[in-house]
Amino acid sequence: MLTSLLPEFTVDRSEDRCIQCRVCERQCSFDVFGYDGENNVMVHREENCVACQRCSVLCPTNALVIRENQYTYRPNANWTREYIQDLKKQAETGGVLLTGMGCDKPHKIYWDHILINASQVTNPSIDPLREPMELRTHLGRKPDQLEMVDGKLVLPDYPNVEISTPIMFGAMSYGAISYNSFRCLARAAFEYGTMFNTGEGGWPMELRKYGKSTIVQCASGRFGLDLEYFNDAAVVEIKIGQGAKPGIGGHLPGEKVSEHISQTRMIPEGSDAISPAPHHDIYSIEDLHMLIHAIKEAVDYQKPVSVKISAVHNAPAIASGMVRAGADIIVLDGLRGGTGAAPKILRDNVGIPIELALAAVDTRLRNEGIRNWASLVVSGGIRNSADIFKAIALGADAVYIGTPALMALGCTVCQKCYTGKCAWGITTQDPYLTKRVNPEIGTQNLKNLLRAWSLEIKELLGCGGINSIESLRGNRLQLRGIGLESWELEALGIRGAGQ
Amino acid sequence: MKRIYAREEVCIGCRLCEIHCQVEHSRTRNIIKTFKEEVPPPPRINVEEEGPVSFALQCRHCDEPYCAYSCIAGAIYQDEQTGEVIQDIEKCIGCWTCVLTCTKGAIRPDLRGPRKAAKCDLCPDREIPACVEMCPNDALYIVEEEIKETVPG
Repeated sequence: MLTSLLPEFTVDRSEDRCIQCRVCERQCSFDVFGYDGENNVMVHREENCVACQRCSVLCPTNALVIRENQYTYRPNANWTREYIQDLKKQAETGGVLLTGMGCDKPHKIYWDHILINASQVTNPSIDPLREPMELRTHLGRKPDQLEMVDGKLVLPDYPNVEISTPIMFGAMSYGAISYNSFRCLARAAFEYGTMFNTGEGGWPMELRKYGKSTIVQCASGRFGLDLEYFNDAAVVEIKIGQGAKPGIGGHLPGEKVSEHISQTRMIPEGSDAISPAPHHDIYSIEDLHMLIHAIKEAVDYQKPVSVKISAVHNAPAIASGMVRAGADIIVLDGLRGGTGAAPKILRDNVGIPIELALAAVDTRLRNEGIRNWASLVVSGGIRNSADIFKAIALGADAVYIGTPALMALGCTVCQKCYTGKCAWGITTQDPYLTKRVNPEIGTQNLKNLLRAWSLEIKELLGCGGINSIESLRGNRLQLRGIGLESWELEALGIRGAGQ
Repeated sequence: MKRIYAREEVCIGCRLCEIHCQVEHSRTRNIIKTFKEEVPPPPRINVEEEGPVSFALQCRHCDEPYCAYSCIAGAIYQDEQTGEVIQDIEKCIGCWTCVLTCTKGAIRPDLRGPRKAAKCDLCPDREIPACVEMCPNDALYIVEEEIKETVPG
C-alpha cells in the first residue's frame, strides 16, 4: 500500500566530495543507503532516515549533511508536521506510537530561567584550583540531632554511601542498552568513585566486582532478583515510576532476550520480559513500607534503600509517605527523563518538570521536619553542570544522569531506541552494532564527563564563595528566577532576579 | 619491530582503514583527489568480515616470510635488524608469486596501477600507520615488539 508519509529528513550528498567508499551504507542500520554499481553512485532511501548522524560523522570526506525535510506540508501553527505525520501513521497502522528518549516538547525549561549568584566584596570568592573544594556526598538517612556521650559524638547507625561527586548514572537496564554500554557505565562509576544504577534488568555476575558503586533496582518485573543481588550492591532501589512514562511498565521483546540476558534476568531465553505497570504487591504506602523493610531485612539493615517515582502532580505528598515508609533515598524522575521505549503521547504529556517537583518535595519534607530522614536524588532533564548546581541549590542531594551518559557513549538523541537498531550500538542487542561501543573509549568518555562537570561545579561553587557542596544544598538564596511568574517563583521557592 | 594488531571485538567493519591506506599510498595523499583524479592504489589492509565478526588484516611481517622466500626478483626481504618484511618496489616485476604464497592473503596485485604487488609497509612516512590512526573505534593498535613471534605458515 502506498504510504502517504513524507520523509522526515533529507540526505544532502555533495557529489564533489563523495568517493563512493560506502562507509555510510555499512554504518547505517536503518537501510537508508545503497550503491548503484552501474553508475558508481550512492542512492538514498530517505524515508528510512532518522537523523542519527552516524553516516555524517563517519564519512571520511564530510560529503554528507542530514537535514530536516524543509519541503513538507503547508506551514500551519496548529497542524505541525509532527502532528500530521503522527496522525497519518496511526491512520495507516491503528497502533500506539512508540518513541524513545525524553519529552522533546518545548515545555518551559526552568533551569534556563534560574540564575546563579556570585560573591563580590562582602564575601570572598574562592579559586578551586588553589583551595580545596569538597564535592563528596553521602546518601542515606541522617541523624535528627547530634548526640554527645561523655564528650564523644555518638552517631546513629544509619547506613550511608559515599560518592565522590553528586553525579550518578541513572537506571538503564542491560537489555534496554547493550552489554558494552552497560559495562562502560559500571566501570566508569567504579573508577570515578560514584554510582551507577543497574536498572531493572538484573546484574551480570562478572560485573559484581563493581558492587560498591552499584545501585540495584527492584522494579515491577523483579528480574534477576535474589539475596546475592541485594547484598552485592551498595544501594537497593525500588522503582515505582519512570519520568518518561509514569504509570507504565516496560516490555523487552523476546528477540532481544539472548542467552546472557536470560541468565541475567532469570527468565527463559527468547521470552518477552514484561514489567507490569504497578508492583502487584504495592497498592499503598503501607505496602511500600512492607517491601522496604523486607529488603532491609534481606540486607541486614546495612544498605540504604531507595525509592524512585516519576515527578507527578502530587509528588510532595507521595514523597512524604515514601520517607515515612522508611526510604533512605528518594528519587524523583522528571518529565524530560529518557526511556528506551514509551508511548509518545505519554512521554510528551504526562508528569511535571523536575525543577518544580524537586522544589516542592524538598519544601514539603522540610516543613514536615523529615528532610534529614532521606536523601533526595533527582533525574530527568539534567543537561549540564549548571543544571546540577541549580538542582542541589533547590534541595537535591545528588542527580542521576541517563541521557547525558548515553551521549558520552555516542548517542545523538534520534529517539529510535525502541527499534533495537541503534546505529551507535547503544540501545541494541545486534552483535554487528554493539561492537560500535568500544568499552575502553566509552569508559574514558564517561569518566571525562564526570570530571569535566565536577570541575565546573567547583568553579560555580567557588564563584559563590562556597567551598563545599554541603553548603550549597538547599541554599536557594544562591538562585534567582528570570522570566518567571510569581506562582513559578513561589513553587521554586526562589526570588526573582533583582529582588 | 612494529606490529599492528586488530581488536576484533570492536572492529565495526566500516573499512575506513582500507580507504585511508589507499590515500596514504596514493600520489597526492589527498582523499578526494585520490579517488576522483587518480587511479587509487589497492588497499594494503583488508577487512575480513562474516556476519557480526570483522577485523582488519594486513601483512603480519611473519618470521617465516614465504613471500620473501618465493620472490623470484629478490624484491621482498626481511630486515635483519627489525624483522620487518620489506618490499623493494623498484625490483618487483609483478609475477604475483608473493600473492600466491602469502598465507594471510595480505598481498594484492595492483592491476590498475603500476602492476606491482602491494603490501603493508607500516607507513614509513608516518609515526603511526594511517589505518591505526584513522580507525574510528580503536580497533587497530600498534606495538613495538622485542621478541620475535613464530607464526606458523
